[in-house]
Amino acid sequence: MGPNMITNFDLFAIIPEILILILIVIVMVVDVFRKKIENNNIISWITFIGLTFIILITALFLFPGDEMDYAWGGMIRVDAASFTFRLIVLVGAAITTLFSMYHQEVNNKGEYFAMLLVSVIGMSMMAASSNLIMLYLAIETTAIPLYVLVGFLTKNNFSVESGLKYFLFGALTSAVLLYGFSLLYGFSGSTHFAEILVAIEASKIPTGLLFFILLLTVVGFGAKISGFPFHFWAPDAYQGAPTPIAGYLSTASKAIGFIVIMRFMVSIFSSEPQSWTLLLAIIATASMFVGNLLALVQKNIKRLFAYSSIAHAGYILIGVASGTTLGFKASMYYLLAYLFTNLAIFGVIHIVEKSTGSNEIDAFKGLMKRNPGLALVFLIAVLSLAGIPPFGGFISKVLVFMAAIDANLIWLLIIGIINSIIALYYYLTVLRITFTDSEEIESQAVYYGWKLALAVCVLGIIVFGVIFSPWLNWLEVASTNLMLFH
Amino acid sequence: MENNLLFYILILPTLAAILVVLLPTTSKKIIRWTAFGASLIPFLLSILLWFQFDRTQPGFQFEVQIPWFTAIGSSFHFGIDGISLPMVLLSTILTPLAILASYNIKDQVKAYMALFLFLETGVLGVFISLDLLVFFLFWEIGLIPMYFLINQWGGAKRNYAALKFILITMAGSLGLLLSIQIVGLTIGSFDMDKIYELWPGLSEANFQKVIPLGLSLSAVKTIAFWAFVLAFAIKVPVWPVHTWLPDAHTEAPTAGSMILAGVLLKLGAYGFIRFVIPLFPVEANRYAGALAALATAAIIFGALAAFAQKDLKRLVAYSSINHMGFVVLGIAAAAYAWQSTDQGIITSATIALNGSILQMFNHGLTSAGMFFLVGVVYDRTHTRQLDELGGLWAILPRYGAIFVFTAMAALGLPGLNGFVSEFLVVRGAWHIFPLATALSMIGLFLTGVYILKAIAGVLHGPRNDLWIAIPEINTREVWVIAPLMVLMLWIGVWPASMLNLINHAVNFFF
Amino acid sequence: MGFPILSVTIFIPLLAGLIILLFGRQRQSWIRPIALVASSLVLLLTLILWASYSIEQAGYQFIEYIPWLPDLGISYHLGVDGIGIAMLVLTGLVVFTGVLVSWNIENRPNEFFSYLMFLATSVLGVFSSLDLFLLFFFLELAVFPKYLMIVIWGSPKTRNYGGMKLTLYLFIGSVLALIGALAIYQASPERTFDLLLLENAGFSPEMQRIWFPFVFLGFAILGGIFPFHSWAPDGHVAAPTAISMLLAGVEMKVGVFAALRVGIMLLPEGAKHWATWILVLATINVVYGAFIAMIQKDFKYVIGFSSVSHMGLVLIGFASLNYDGLLGAGLQMFSHGVMTALFFSIVGMVYDRTHTRDIASLGGLYKIMPWATIGFIIGGLVSMGMPGLSGFIAEIPIYMGVWRVAPIVAIISVISIVVTAAYILLVVRKVFFGDLPQEFEGKIKDITIKDKIAIGVLSLFMIVIGLVPGLMVPLIETGVNHILVILGGA
Repeated sequence: MGPNMITNFDLFAIIPEILILILIVIVMVVDVFRKKIENNNIISWITFIGLTFIILITALFLFPGDEMDYAWGGMIRVDAASFTFRLIVLVGAAITTLFSMYHQEVNNKGEYFAMLLVSVIGMSMMAASSNLIMLYLAIETTAIPLYVLVGFLTKNNFSVESGLKYFLFGALTSAVLLYGFSLLYGFSGSTHFAEILVAIEASKIPTGLLFFILLLTVVGFGAKISGFPFHFWAPDAYQGAPTPIAGYLSTASKAIGFIVIMRFMVSIFSSEPQSWTLLLAIIATASMFVGNLLALVQKNIKRLFAYSSIAHAGYILIGVASGTTLGFKASMYYLLAYLFTNLAIFGVIHIVEKSTGSNEIDAFKGLMKRNPGLALVFLIAVLSLAGIPPFGGFISKVLVFMAAIDANLIWLLIIGIINSIIALYYYLTVLRITFTDSEEIESQAVYYGWKLALAVCVLGIIVFGVIFSPWLNWLEVASTNLMLFH
Repeated sequence: MENNLLFYILILPTLAAILVVLLPTTSKKIIRWTAFGASLIPFLLSILLWFQFDRTQPGFQFEVQIPWFTAIGSSFHFGIDGISLPMVLLSTILTPLAILASYNIKDQVKAYMALFLFLETGVLGVFISLDLLVFFLFWEIGLIPMYFLINQWGGAKRNYAALKFILITMAGSLGLLLSIQIVGLTIGSFDMDKIYELWPGLSEANFQKVIPLGLSLSAVKTIAFWAFVLAFAIKVPVWPVHTWLPDAHTEAPTAGSMILAGVLLKLGAYGFIRFVIPLFPVEANRYAGALAALATAAIIFGALAAFAQKDLKRLVAYSSINHMGFVVLGIAAAAYAWQSTDQGIITSATIALNGSILQMFNHGLTSAGMFFLVGVVYDRTHTRQLDELGGLWAILPRYGAIFVFTAMAALGLPGLNGFVSEFLVVRGAWHIFPLATALSMIGLFLTGVYILKAIAGVLHGPRNDLWIAIPEINTREVWVIAPLMVLMLWIGVWPASMLNLINHAVNFFF
Repeated sequence: MGFPILSVTIFIPLLAGLIILLFGRQRQSWIRPIALVASSLVLLLTLILWASYSIEQAGYQFIEYIPWLPDLGISYHLGVDGIGIAMLVLTGLVVFTGVLVSWNIENRPNEFFSYLMFLATSVLGVFSSLDLFLLFFFLELAVFPKYLMIVIWGSPKTRNYGGMKLTLYLFIGSVLALIGALAIYQASPERTFDLLLLENAGFSPEMQRIWFPFVFLGFAILGGIFPFHSWAPDGHVAAPTAISMLLAGVEMKVGVFAALRVGIMLLPEGAKHWATWILVLATINVVYGAFIAMIQKDFKYVIGFSSVSHMGLVLIGFASLNYDGLLGAGLQMFSHGVMTALFFSIVGMVYDRTHTRDIASLGGLYKIMPWATIGFIIGGLVSMGMPGLSGFIAEIPIYMGVWRVAPIVAIISVISIVVTAAYILLVVRKVFFGDLPQEFEGKIKDITIKDKIAIGVLSLFMIVIGLVPGLMVPLIETGVNHILVILGGA
């Protein structure tokens, strides 16, 4: 294909993004014209319905199956992996939208949803990028709206501060990343992953430098997935952001970080797997320990689950660090199950926060008595995080552990297991508080939109825990094709 | 019916116990009479057994075998021979009498009666078991009702006494259990027929294959022998493992002591005869002398201790040790002679063993009687201290006569049963263990001393005015003691009735 | 495939639990009847299983098989042999009597009974699983109901500590076993989780020797093996009555059962290699447990440590790896399960009325609750191995089995019989006989009819098996013979 010809295939490849753009326009327009009354959820509903529509279209018509190909002159790669992660992002955004309803400071503002949608576009592009420039553009397209969203609660100093922190941290890591990219370009002469790989295999880049580049890129991507030691932004950001956004960050944004790592490692550093597998394994170990141990002492529930999130990034990294198809498949499955799980967690936190006005752990006291349905959803989600059947978290953990065995990373396996045990302690404690210790607190009405979101999440958690064959087959394709890079 | 007679005798008391439990609690009278009536049935059946038993036949009769734990080779195998038949008879005679003696128990009568009946099944089971494991089963089962009888209805120190009783006995049984397991494992079955057949001829190699103990067969046999001996010795009791007895007998309720002394002690002696000697002849022979020495010690020390007592019941308790010593002496003689070729020794041993078994029966009668009489006095005076009693002859002449009669039987007065059995033992043991026997005769003398002291303490001497108005021995009580007295006289005057049976069995034994 | 009786049995409690959980709040009066009906059905079904199991045919019966994830060799595979059926019956019994004994729970009954039902499903599932993955699936299902039940309804002072300790320990144990299980999966030629295939997989001796400790120890922790047993007394005592019954009566058996199924049957060479160690630890269990029980001041702790001691006997039976030992172990699993359920239920009855478990403050309860006393005495007799009851039937083969292998163990373990007798008799005398303390006079009532039924049913089983062992022995034998084939062949 000639450099200036935009083929049908190219357009076809980005239909979802085009649709999202249209949705953004609709949202902004409606925002201008709607009545400015309290709790008017029309924008959120429009966003949600729009996203659902897009999800359906994508799922039903755009599954690439076994094919993989480049589009837009090699900028993006259309394969099952990018499809999967695009779906993850879309679903995550849809559920986040549902949770954002009735939340006064955000659902009145069309910009909120517009920013959300822009970040969706960015993330989808990140998942599909096969070119350094595309990748960087996508990263920034994602990051900037996210910075805004995190600090969205302008009246809350802490929120603004955490937004700022996130921005600074993100900007810094992006700069590091860019430096790494520039080095890659400089030595290989191309920005396209496949061509860079050719250059590396032809030994155009000295090994030491390659390793340095690896470190640089790991800094950037590590921040995205909130792995140690690039996680410092996470607890504050999660705590300060509007809770639905925290949920979104911890699931969709993290997922995208992972697919980028996977693609990047497999394509650019595939000739020296030992270097990055070991590095990632170390980061995984550190993330798990730091996340779990610090979660033990938290009193704020959002921070607790922020640290829990960091730990889970560690578990997922185990799958990536094994560097095999099984490993990638395991990580992808984990991210899918984790999507529903963590969104549910933050959703519940959000609802409790609305009624009690606090997000200390104590706000959950006796939740079972005042709002049993909510407590049960919380229970299911926490148990899934702890890795207890019959929920998705169990299957995910088993898969990741099997990947570790398969790759002979027994030490990593043992660390993962030890950490599961540590984590169980605080998960059980949270559950205990939820189920005992009753307090006289008003129960919060759970609105329809929230109920829908929670139902979808629970369904997801259980389905991924029990009927996992179809997903695994699909992911098998995704991960295999991911590895077959050229 | 004939073939299952033993089984019925065994099971009826339990069924009766269950029946008693189901009766309404309020009507004590019905409970008592039901229990008594029900206990008479096994007695009648055992009389039937007595007459149907063919004493000229060796081996066991009325055998019953019901599969139980086939996976390890154990079954409910019962049978009776001339050695166990007197014991069965003794048990079935004493139980109704004990129940009759307990009519003045007012507290929780139902439980009391039920426990007695369960106890009867337990002791009967021991005597008729022809399977080692089942023997052990009944041996242990018998402990529980007795524990509760002492614990619930006993005297002041009953908690201590009951616990001591059961723990010491169980501790002794541990070695027994282990040894039984060894035997069962190496033979592949717990059935006595097989064991009698295969155990003597067990080869070293076969043994080592089964149990990798690292010890030689003879060493294991010695250890097992002592384990068996210990368990049975505690029961008899042989000095020096007799310490549980005085407390248990003293603190138990009257009827409890009757059965305890009358029957339970015999379980141990029976175990010696049935198992220790046939299974471990070499070791038994080797250590027979030690056994005889211990028997003598029991006789002498038992008598001396009895003499020293101020409590009447405790005196009678020690007298049991004294009398059972004779039983053990006779057994020791038999042990020595088991595989001997010397006809003289065999004859003496036969006589001695005859005496032992008869003494078991006799002592059962006399000690039950003595304990009962102690109970009669206690019910009226609420004391058992000899210095508080005294001069009762004048107040209770009938009781006095009965008391003297029974005491004389215990003493071994010729013409009453005690004499016959003690004479036989001494006569037989003299040839084999002259020294021990000589010393034992001193014990005989001492027996007279303490018995007379007892009589004097209770019946003679200055009258204590507290007791002037106490009632005479009543009809029910007479009914309890009368059968015993009749038997004491009967056996004293015509011992052949019992000895015939025993003699045949003992002859077959050798 | 026929009627999927195993699946039905397993999932009835789950269904009942869900119904109770979702609708119980509005319809309070339905909760207990639903629970009772479900547990009675389960008991009935397990008894039917027992009756319909064909002894001549032996082997695994009532098989159900649905592929679940063929790529990874995971399938929904159910089936039971003789030992499994005994365990299912035990579960049915304990859950049934547990429901009866908990009838008067006032605090959040809908949650209580629904979690109890979930626990039942988990346990029934483990006993019936013929797929390693499925086994873990069911096993882990129990984690949260256990924790929540202790923490919400347990005894106020110790429930948080006891519940967390128990859950963490058990989780650690199951995770340890999971590592071993994954290794087994990894090493299997067909890359499968299916137990039947794995039995014939022919693992190398080195592999077996390395991984056996993981699997066996991991599961044995759930069974309370020394020195990882301390969760048992604390956890059991902290738990509410029905949960103590289930935990000690059934969950501990889940542990040793899985140790048998996955450890011994899949890795026989490993078992033979490590048998001596197991014997050592198990003997310590038996003796140490008994001695510690003797010095306890809390009534429930006595029973808790007594369980540790008796589970040691099961492990001894396993470790002898011969016919007698395995037979005895299987019987002991059943007998001890029933006995300990009985014990804990009575302790619960006492506590509900007197609100204390301090032995020194109790006394004379026989006058008020004679049935409970008799029940406790029967349980106590079983505990000391009194012949005529199921405890003796179980212990004799175990001793005989270990004689063949390590006679010294038999000699040492036998001490525990007397020690057990001592503390049982002392506890009985102090708590049930003697004088009723002043504060209880006129204030406490006898146990309810349901309690009596529970006691009666449990006692009946122990007596009947004790007198007629032939009812259960052939059943267990089928499982034992199969294991012997595996041990002999491998």
